[in-house]
Amino acid sequence: MNMDVSTLTVCQAADGLRKRDFSSVELTRAVLAEIEKKDAGLNAYLSVDAEGALRQAAAADGARSEGRDGALLGVPVAVKDLINVEGQPCTCASKQLVGYVSPYDATVSARLRKEGAVFAGRTNMDEFAMGSSTEGSAFKVTRNPHDLTRVPGGSSGGSAAAVAGGEAVAALGTDTGGSIRQPASFCGCVGLKPSYGRVSRYGVTAYASSLDQVGPITKNVEDAAVLLQALAGCDPRDGTTLDVPVPDYRAALMGGLKGLRIGLPKEYYIDGADPEVTACVRRAVAGFAAAGAEIVEVSLPHTEYAIAVYYILATAEASANLARFDGVRYGHRTARPESVFDLYAKSRAEGLGTEVKRRIILGTYVLSSGYYDAYYGRAQKVRTLVRQDFVKAFGSCDVLLTPVAPTPAYRIGEACDDPLKMYLGDIFTVPANLAGLCGLSVPCGKTASGLPVGLQILGPPFGEGVILRAAYAYEQEVRS
Amino acid sequence: MSRYLITIGLETHVQLKTKTKMFCGCSLAFGAEPNTNVCPVCLGYPGALPVMNREAVKLTVMSGLMLGCEISRSSTFDRKNYFYPDMSKDYQISQQARPLCLGGGVTIQLPQGPKRIRINHIHLEEDAAKINHYARFSGVDFNRCGTPLMEIVSEPDMASPEEAMAYLQALRQILVYAGVSDCNLEEGNLRCDVNISVRPEGQEALGTRTEIKNMNTFKGISAALDYEIARQLATVARGGVIVQETRRWDPDLGETQSMRTKENAHDYRYFPEPDLVPVALGSELVEAWRASLPELPSVRRERMMAEYGIPGYDAGVLADAKENADFFEAAARLCGPGQGKTVSNWFMTEIMRLLSETGKTVSQCALTPEALAELVTLVDRRVINGPTAKELLPELFRDGGMPGALVQARGLGQVSDASALEAFVEQALRENAKSVDDFKAGKKAAAGFLVGQVMKLSKGKADPQQVGKLVAEKLAKLA
Repeated sequence: MNMDVSTLTVCQAADGLRKRDFSSVELTRAVLAEIEKKDAGLNAYLSVDAEGALRQAAAADGARSEGRDGALLGVPVAVKDLINVEGQPCTCASKQLVGYVSPYDATVSARLRKEGAVFAGRTNMDEFAMGSSTEGSAFKVTRNPHDLTRVPGGSSGGSAAAVAGGEAVAALGTDTGGSIRQPASFCGCVGLKPSYGRVSRYGVTAYASSLDQVGPITKNVEDAAVLLQALAGCDPRDGTTLDVPVPDYRAALMGGLKGLRIGLPKEYYIDGADPEVTACVRRAVAGFAAAGAEIVEVSLPHTEYAIAVYYILATAEASANLARFDGVRYGHRTARPESVFDLYAKSRAEGLGTEVKRRIILGTYVLSSGYYDAYYGRAQKVRTLVRQDFVKAFGSCDVLLTPVAPTPAYRIGEACDDPLKMYLGDIFTVPANLAGLCGLSVPCGKTASGLPVGLQILGPPFGEGVILRAAYAYEQEVRS
Repeated sequence: MSRYLITIGLETHVQLKTKTKMFCGCSLAFGAEPNTNVCPVCLGYPGALPVMNREAVKLTVMSGLMLGCEISRSSTFDRKNYFYPDMSKDYQISQQARPLCLGGGVTIQLPQGPKRIRINHIHLEEDAAKINHYARFSGVDFNRCGTPLMEIVSEPDMASPEEAMAYLQALRQILVYAGVSDCNLEEGNLRCDVNISVRPEGQEALGTRTEIKNMNTFKGISAALDYEIARQLATVARGGVIVQETRRWDPDLGETQSMRTKENAHDYRYFPEPDLVPVALGSELVEAWRASLPELPSVRRERMMAEYGIPGYDAGVLADAKENADFFEAAARLCGPGQGKTVSNWFMTEIMRLLSETGKTVSQCALTPEALAELVTLVDRRVINGPTAKELLPELFRDGGMPGALVQARGLGQVSDASALEAFVEQALRENAKSVDDFKAGKKAAAGFLVGQVMKLSKGKADPQQVGKLVAEKLAKLA
């Protein structure tokens, strides 16, 4: 069999399957073998469904022998453990959901299933996607494949580590405040957060409903385009998806950089960021300019409020979204409740982790009678200002280039005692969620010690085509 | 002791007549096995999202239009947060900031004249599940969870339990008229929370109110109001203070009991539902819905009086239930001008009697407006007489069919041929010589008896009027 599964991309896999270089069953076996070999060290997966995956792979091979083809037919994909796949666990890395088996497919799962993708396993994450290092998982700490003493980022850290560590061809993550882009940056992958309303959230366990989006974590930009093609589109089951035509994202890759207007938001190039990160990003920007892009400086004056706004709105929504984990219908239930309210209190006290409780309490507080206007109401207004900053900025440029995170991957245990410090690490990613923009992280170099650094490319809502074009040109022409 | 004024406001929850639930495609069929009409959405499974039921929005707006409300151009939904096993998500999707309908009102008829009860707003929300209590445990039936529920919030405009009941009756009639709900109390289609306060006459500010939750029979609401007013009046008479609280009506004990006081009131932490986009209603759509509205019952009563020449009492009784009025109007139109009162008489006496005897509604019986119209026409044209028609009606009511066909098949047509009738008259006079003598002696009532005998000889088919005339002529000759 002619493949190195640890570096294999989605497009290469599809090509190999099409040419009958290998079958989907062989490819899936190879991926399962990589997981078997490496995951004790990486802890990227929470569960692996070998039997189910091989069954799907055999079905894909059967379909191919009957003449079917497709960009994802028979390609194994890892799924973040908060996206429902019928018949598989969906713990959200929480003790609260141990034993829960999804009775239904999320729309993104159904779409991938229809394309013939194979669901190999479920990746680790911060509990209920609340965190930026995957240390918040109730089960295990995922390690960064580039340095096992460091975090992979989060909350989609398992997905990024699986892809970077060669344990997955590609993976799905979710991004509420940077949870796809930041781990992609820490692990040296491509991670794309679609515009709000581009991809259905139906069946994706909600953290903050007005911010959450599902997106791909892949080995290169072309794979991100291929996966987005399958995920994107209006869904009657999610009223917040928009009926905007889905362009051909692979065709969109080919525009090049000439004439592209690149905006550099001055508030994102600040002292305090890691100098090596800044250097990598500056070098990338210079490369864009040299390849014919036009560079303009723009201002996003409300950037400094974004973190505060995010942690008010996201926690407020989370406080309601996570109320359903009450031990009544599914999930963890305390052993001997004395009353129905005791059942709630004890089940949740036992089932939910510290960071989740912290955010539920924060969110409950900001919505409380007497505090609503000062926190939630005001945060909504500032969110509008943040959004208007971007509308104005995109008046003078096509995409924005910024760092993804102020630092490269930090050491395990380094930040988890200081939630505020961890929250501030989201400063460059959170505004895109508040404004509903699309954004991606593409590797733009490494630090002296070999840690990957990501470049963030932000585009206007439903501008996935243009950020993929910029990222692809950078990856193909500038970086190499 | 000074006189006290009573103030009552009602929050009426109405189950809308949609086929599916508020935010998912589950059926609303009544009486299904527990937890069979459920899905990830109404069970609050991780990741499930609500999708707006357009029909529920339409029915709420139709109600608002019937009640003279202003319709919000852009309406939003909010999450109402509370933990309870009857709410699968542990929050209810409701409307707080921008409900679908604002203002409006209902006119009620009181002995002293009409009174306007204002409506504050109407909002749309999802119903909770039903909790059933058993000996050793309680069970939750999520079949009801997510049923579209419209809440009509009145202003505190009612001054007595009678006014409150009149308001509810009027509201119910309008909603059934509009076709938005069956308002079937047995199936829990209509439930009420009431707010009550008392204050001394002359005092401007309203007294402290209590709220009684979730009553679902008119009798219960009325009894609870009576009890609670008496309780509040007794409290203030003792010099006590009314505590702002939520109370529960216990129909078995016939009293209200405290559930929670203001200090323990829930903080529902309402905030905009991020899973639903605002409902935008263009004026064209709203106007199209307005054009499709049925008449209000009070307007229909006036119109039917004028159009069919029927008394106000008849028109009122007929207009009370839309299907009765529909049936009447269809039959009256088929009969043509001048027959309105006759059709109304048939409906008000014979049909109403059959309805009450059989416990059916007019849409459940086999009688059609066409059949009633034909029956009235057959009598009018003297093809059959009144008694024959009355005999035929129960059969038409039970089995359907057209009266003309029955009359023909059974030879029930009236005998109005003069020579045939004359023979019957001759026979009757011959066989009842004593009555003829009585008549001659001045007992005019004997003529009636003789007419009856002729009818009997004709087996009821003779035209009674014609027989009367013939008998009178014969007797006059004999006299």
